[in-house]
Amino acid sequence: MKGDILIQRTYRDDVERNLAATFRTHILNSREVDNIANLTPVRVLGSCSFMYMRHGDVYILGVTKSNANVMMAFQFMTNVVTLCKAYFGGECSEQSIKNNFVLIYELLDEIMDFGYPQIVDPSILKQYIFQKGFITEAAKAKREAEAQNATLQVTGAVGWRTDNIKYKKNEVFLDIVEQVNMLMSSKGTVLRCDVNGKIVMKVFLSGMPDVKLGLNEKLEDVTFHQCVNLGKFNTEKVVSFVPPDGEFELMKYRCQEGISLPFLVTPLISELGRTRMEVNAKVKAGFGAKDFALNVVITIPVPDTTAKADIHTSIGKAKYDSKKHALVWKVKRFNGATEHSLMASVELIATTRDKKAWSRPPISMSFQVPMYSASGLRVQYLKVWEKSSYKVEKWVRKVCKSGDYSIRT
Amino acid sequence: MSGDGKYFATTKKGEIHELKEELRVLDKSRRKDAVKKVIAAMTVGKDVSPIFPDVVNCMQTDDLELKKLVYLYLINYAKSQPDLAIMAVNTFVKDSQDPNPLIRALAVRTMGCIRVDKITEYLCDPLQRCLKDDDPYVRKTAAVCVAKLYDINPELVEDRGFLDLLKDLLADSNPMVVANAVAALADIRETSSHNLLVLTNQALFKLLRALNECTEWGQVYILDAISKMQISEAKDAESIVERVVPRLQHANSAVVLSAVKVVLLQLPLISDEAAVKALIKKLGPPLVTLLSEEAEVQYVALRNINLIVQKHPEVLSHEIKVFFCKYNDPIYVKLEKLDIMIALANERNIDQVLLELKEYATEVDVDFVRKAVRAIGRCAVTLERAAERCINVLLELIKQKVNYVVQEAVVVIKDIFRRYPNRYESIIATLCDSLDSLDEPEARASMVWIIGEYAERIDNADELLESFLEAFPEENAAVQLQLVTAAVKLFLKNPQPRAQQMIQLVLTYATQETDNPDLRDRAYVYWRLLSSDPEAARAVVLAEKPVISQGTATMDPQLLSTLLGNLSTLSSVYHLPPSAFVTRAAHTPAPSLDNGALRERTTTDDGVAAAAGSSSSGPVSDGAPSSAAAAAQPPSSSSLIGDLLDLDISDPSPAAAAAPVEELVEVMSPQNGKGLGIKAGFSRENNAPVFLLQLANTTQQSLDGFMVQFNKNSHGVAPASQVVQVPPLGPGETAGASVPLTTNPALINPAANPATIQVAIRNNQQGVLYFTSPFKPDILAAPAASPVDDNFFGL
Repeated sequence: MKGDILIQRTYRDDVERNLAATFRTHILNSREVDNIANLTPVRVLGSCSFMYMRHGDVYILGVTKSNANVMMAFQFMTNVVTLCKAYFGGECSEQSIKNNFVLIYELLDEIMDFGYPQIVDPSILKQYIFQKGFITEAAKAKREAEAQNATLQVTGAVGWRTDNIKYKKNEVFLDIVEQVNMLMSSKGTVLRCDVNGKIVMKVFLSGMPDVKLGLNEKLEDVTFHQCVNLGKFNTEKVVSFVPPDGEFELMKYRCQEGISLPFLVTPLISELGRTRMEVNAKVKAGFGAKDFALNVVITIPVPDTTAKADIHTSIGKAKYDSKKHALVWKVKRFNGATEHSLMASVELIATTRDKKAWSRPPISMSFQVPMYSASGLRVQYLKVWEKSSYKVEKWVRKVCKSGDYSIRT
Repeated sequence: MSGDGKYFATTKKGEIHELKEELRVLDKSRRKDAVKKVIAAMTVGKDVSPIFPDVVNCMQTDDLELKKLVYLYLINYAKSQPDLAIMAVNTFVKDSQDPNPLIRALAVRTMGCIRVDKITEYLCDPLQRCLKDDDPYVRKTAAVCVAKLYDINPELVEDRGFLDLLKDLLADSNPMVVANAVAALADIRETSSHNLLVLTNQALFKLLRALNECTEWGQVYILDAISKMQISEAKDAESIVERVVPRLQHANSAVVLSAVKVVLLQLPLISDEAAVKALIKKLGPPLVTLLSEEAEVQYVALRNINLIVQKHPEVLSHEIKVFFCKYNDPIYVKLEKLDIMIALANERNIDQVLLELKEYATEVDVDFVRKAVRAIGRCAVTLERAAERCINVLLELIKQKVNYVVQEAVVVIKDIFRRYPNRYESIIATLCDSLDSLDEPEARASMVWIIGEYAERIDNADELLESFLEAFPEENAAVQLQLVTAAVKLFLKNPQPRAQQMIQLVLTYATQETDNPDLRDRAYVYWRLLSSDPEAARAVVLAEKPVISQGTATMDPQLLSTLLGNLSTLSSVYHLPPSAFVTRAAHTPAPSLDNGALRERTTTDDGVAAAAGSSSSGPVSDGAPSSAAAAAQPPSSSSLIGDLLDLDISDPSPAAAAAPVEELVEVMSPQNGKGLGIKAGFSRENNAPVFLLQLANTTQQSLDGFMVQFNKNSHGVAPASQVVQVPPLGPGETAGASVPLTTNPALINPAANPATIQVAIRNNQQGVLYFTSPFKPDILAAPAASPVDDNFFGL
């Protein structure tokens, strides 16, 4: 986090290199605590606009002088991270960038031209950007032919797939991954609840298959991978597409209605004077007896002044985590249609200074429920057409995970 | 693949020399390693331009990777070695005819990035060929290259007919070529003054057709281009909407937001109300979906949603819950969400909103808590029927005795009193309980205002005021001003000896001991009023105050429509018209100087726009304008004082601002300006905002060297150059001048009165004079700045 420039590419003449140094002084080094309005990811310094986001230890910064499309800039930066991960084994860090800087320059040249994003999809780029050394004369001719193919391919209407893919065994994996976000008041009223879901596919199919997916829900709020025919979805409500090869995210959706909550939590935290606190939490599974949850963690914040906590639970293990200032209760497997509870008495260090009341941060919860869908989304059919009409094995899985799942106390 | 990291590890001494040696070896792989080292050195910011010829020598190679590295080097250093760069031309021209389309495209792409005249000349022929290349990949690269060339040499592009070739590409069979041609034309349009082309239906439908097939980014270019077209036929609007609505479901956030923009722009043309309603309903969910992306995307989305709901609250009126803050949202997201919550709050959902706001007011982040309390106040001011509920929440919060919450609550309650006079005064007692904990000027000033305004209802108003007056000399200026006024009110309402004594004390101090001219002048006005005609004083000071309007600062409709036409762009994030921060097209003189000055300003955080570069022009300070300004104008007010002012003589500017801009207003009479009379006003000339000055010299000497500077203001307006273009002004002469303006978000002071700008003007003979000029923000968003005025696309 020294703020050194890892790699930089100037696409237009009007922005100078030393501006990135300006960024370092103004954004990384200054805390600007007194003016939080300045902490935004889009800012003006001098005559330039700076747009930045952070990924681990790497900042990705875009600088422009014009009235650029800022949403496109951020989407592009997100895609660049995805691209680096796809090329460098799932990692986009200072080290992986330094180790691959030649390739990254090559990619940067390809994915943007004069400030306009071009082809950023890793599966497409991998068809013609790879690092290879010297070429013999024979290989050169072959390369030219390949290049011609690639250019036609990547600029074509189905740019994300080549037609010469072959598999012995044709398989499709479809995963419905849902994230439940919930905010409950201390009185047990659900203040906000939504499911952010996505369908991730792994496609190992030969040729140019046409895939149709039927879903039970009338999805209103949904976005699709570029391979999906949006016009068709709009008119016929069928998800129809020619899939890219391998893994990709077919669609994302969000729903707020008809959600079955996986867990209900009833907390009772009473502050007894200035040195003692009683914590009582009941957790009830909202799913049926045939389902179960894994890796359930319930984090119950306690004041910074906590000295020790005496905790009893009806299942799993719980302890006081002094770094997080919270009681952390872990349950490896939580069976459906059951209820468990935690009781703790917490001792606080009496402080002399007259501090303000404890802010009572919300209880948070993380979990995974396999083969459960909080939104009730189901796959009704998944059909594959290909001119050679081969046999396809199809696999559908579901998993429900916790997103921001919190309960105010 | 890994291990390029080693190229960064270099020996410090004689590095350049070593690289030179290595570049000359015959072994291909060692040479390539050397080039990699050069690029690594370039990456970390070392100047490797001295070995230019040696690197360029490696250019002619079959190794594509090596070629790309050399090209990259050229892009970076050609400008510094223009004479040597010409060495590369032959290879470029040869590469542009290579059988491999990737190499042809690479050559054209790179040549366009080298801004050296000699190279540019040689670019034309290859570019012409590549625009007609059989390979779409080459054509799409060439299309962008035309925009690059236009940026370097517009005449050349026009002379060689590249614009027509580019237009031909709009009809290309390949969607990606079409998209890049659109992007290039839009780019050229930004800087050109031409209105070359007229939109035809045919062109529009070609674009709409390409929209379905091209890449996600191409869709953005096409959508943005459509958003800048002038559509006037209802049936065109309908077919646009029909094609664009499916894009709302794209996974790419930029496609979604640009699609929203295009749909919104067509709405006024669609006469079928049911259809409009259905469309508006379709816009909500995609916007909400953007809020589940990365925080940065959320931020951009929220700034845009803020604009959209000002025009069409019904898009998201049922979705207020999604704007409730999550505990872990970054602070900048939380603050934006609060604004939208306030905008969407209505009588149906106010209870829910208040519950949320109350929850936020107990969080740890002080700034967020404060804003939450302010939000409760804003709800009270806008929603009359909910005002009482809002006040109850505020009272509950005050009772929790968290210091900054109490202070913030006092400030908003003052606004509530001004909105609903004589309705909620029963809560004053609760406020008085927290008196001791108030240590911030704004809260103290608000409390003092309340005590003065309701002196007759507070039994011990005199005691309370006295407790404030004990430390009068140490108080912040805003509090002092309020104390003077409150003391006068107390006296007029109840002229008993104690109050008389108090007022004597305060006025004596304020007129004799202070060096704050605002305070002194106000004290003098009161003193004279009280001593000459107490009845008049009563009529003035205790006059019925106008009820403040709804608290939400509504945006100027014209600005709002400009911003809605620019959704998804920086303009929509800053809430400023593009002309306010894009200097490129405006061609302001000496941009580098301007740069330096602005950067300087961002580093000073004392709220004063330091006039960097020419210190003699004198910064205009926020708190204490010089006596000259104070004499010419009633106390210039920050928004706080503005809210609290009792004397409505304070601000002549709203009336003055309403006058036509051509009529300059006298901002300084010769008596007050040491013999220099100034009339000033804001207007537009040649589609750009200007500050007009008329200077009348009534002194006995000649005046010259006029310079001008603005204080930070509501719109971040500043002179493009501080020098006023006016000839030396002889005795008795009068001259006019117009000062071009720019805007810069760094110079915005949101608290400043939007109807005025504080100006400092200097000349070599008289030094600095200060005055306040009426200001009309409309001059920034003239019709010409509207994005839909000329039709660039078409065939």
